[in-house]
Amino acid sequence: MSEDREQPPLDVVRLAGAKARGKRPYFLEDADAERVLSIAMAIAGELAVLRQRLDTIEELLETRGSLTREEIEAFVPSPAHAEERGRWHQEYLARILRILQQEAEAEERGDEPTSAEAGARMLGE
Amino acid sequence: MQAVGRADYDGPPDYRTVGRHALLPNTTHDQAERYNFLAHLNRHLAAEVLPGVTAAYQSAIEPAFRQQHGRAPADRHEVRRALEGHSLYRLWSALRRNTMEMRQQSGLSVVLGQLRELIDRSAELADRQRLQLDPKLKPPRYLTAVDHHCMPGSYYTERLKQDVSAAANYDSGLFVTTGGLLGRLADGGGRGMVAFLKKLRPDFAPRRILDLGCGLGHNVLPIAAAYPDAEVTAVDVAAPMLRYGAARAASLGVNNVTFVQADAANLSAFEDGCFDWVGSIMFLHETSYPALKRIMAESRRLVAPGGLVTHVEQPRYDAAMPLLEQALRDWDAFNNNEPFWTKLHEIDLDQLMVAAGFDRNRLIHEGVHAIADEEGFGDAAADEVEDYGRKPAWRITGAEVPA
Repeated sequence: MSEDREQPPLDVVRLAGAKARGKRPYFLEDADAERVLSIAMAIAGELAVLRQRLDTIEELLETRGSLTREEIEAFVPSPAHAEERGRWHQEYLARILRILQQEAEAEERGDEPTSAEAGARMLGE
Repeated sequence: MQAVGRADYDGPPDYRTVGRHALLPNTTHDQAERYNFLAHLNRHLAAEVLPGVTAAYQSAIEPAFRQQHGRAPADRHEVRRALEGHSLYRLWSALRRNTMEMRQQSGLSVVLGQLRELIDRSAELADRQRLQLDPKLKPPRYLTAVDHHCMPGSYYTERLKQDVSAAANYDSGLFVTTGGLLGRLADGGGRGMVAFLKKLRPDFAPRRILDLGCGLGHNVLPIAAAYPDAEVTAVDVAAPMLRYGAARAASLGVNNVTFVQADAANLSAFEDGCFDWVGSIMFLHETSYPALKRIMAESRRLVAPGGLVTHVEQPRYDAAMPLLEQALRDWDAFNNNEPFWTKLHEIDLDQLMVAAGFDRNRLIHEGVHAIADEEGFGDAAADEVEDYGRKPAWRITGAEVPA
């Protein structure tokens, strides 16, 4: 059907990554740092995908003893297993974004001495 | 895989549990996992990172503003600018914007690789009587200035003839932003409206229902299913959404909805008073101030005596809403290509409705939240995580019309 309508070929990779119309806001003080953050998060996403694929393969091997690519593509985790994978994701993100948690904790504690300041104080004690 | 975590799991469900229908794009294992990652990332930003931003506002940002200006911030814009001076807010914003862009890329890569099949399936499935397109209708200016919520090509772009890609991308990846809180078929808003109306008018038997800005029809289908004797008209300006919506409705066995390409601000094809219920769900914020006034006037003209009009949106920025909450809710207006969002939530919709001819004494104000349909999907009413402007808990502004 589609061929009859002479549909042009689509460059899927380029079109999927296309920019939305409208000037992009940058938030960090250094826009280049934000561009690198964007790359880092994309890699974090791909690593999570790979980790879940490995978990799928382990699950299939453990339960069936063998696997095919089709079984990987058709895999649906059981509810308990899906929750386990969800918890892994939560812990993984907490690990990747640790610095945000720590910055929030630093904010909460207010003024804290640096190690050098603490050391200097110890000389006087 | 070793599970580490908290006692009660409150994260998103697995993507593979979303409701299937014939038009839903297929996903490979890794494509589904990309959605899972992004749904978790959104949840993490709302549940784990944002509380740190609000705490920093209370303990440091707001006090610093007072010190500098000798007074508290006067409005949400001053709060927003003060927030922008803090590194935690900037990091949260940078990650939130980037997550939306990643979601769009993920969705489009899923959809465009199978677009020809999706187009063929939609053409086979859609009942031609139930799909009325108007190729002469141009997308209104409020849609063409920027691509709404960073969706490349917006709702209306046709990448191929008979295109459905905008709708397929929207449908396929919506899970990422809502984390399952809208239910398996992302129709929690429509279900919420049905529950509201069954309570307000237990014996209501509408003959004709009009849904404005229907998109791909997520929310109108549960309404049509709840009133099977009603003839339902769903209008939108974007042909890709309507083609997909008509085929999706057919696939889900809902056969009383006609998808019509038309501008909600100008529905002259329909006669005065021909609908018993005129409604919109999360549509008004996608329009503009002049369009909004015309939409209100059209709603009044089209509703039948004894009928009612309902518009569902996020809550208004009124004096009772703290300025910090207003500023955070406004984030999408400035950072996620929702240009009308900020003004819409400032406007007194009551006044606009009265100006359009509705009786002030018959106005409707009610809260409504998404009703999910399945175990394992979130309960929007019970969920304590606030993802400002995105949580599926809304306000109805409406009016009943004298018989």
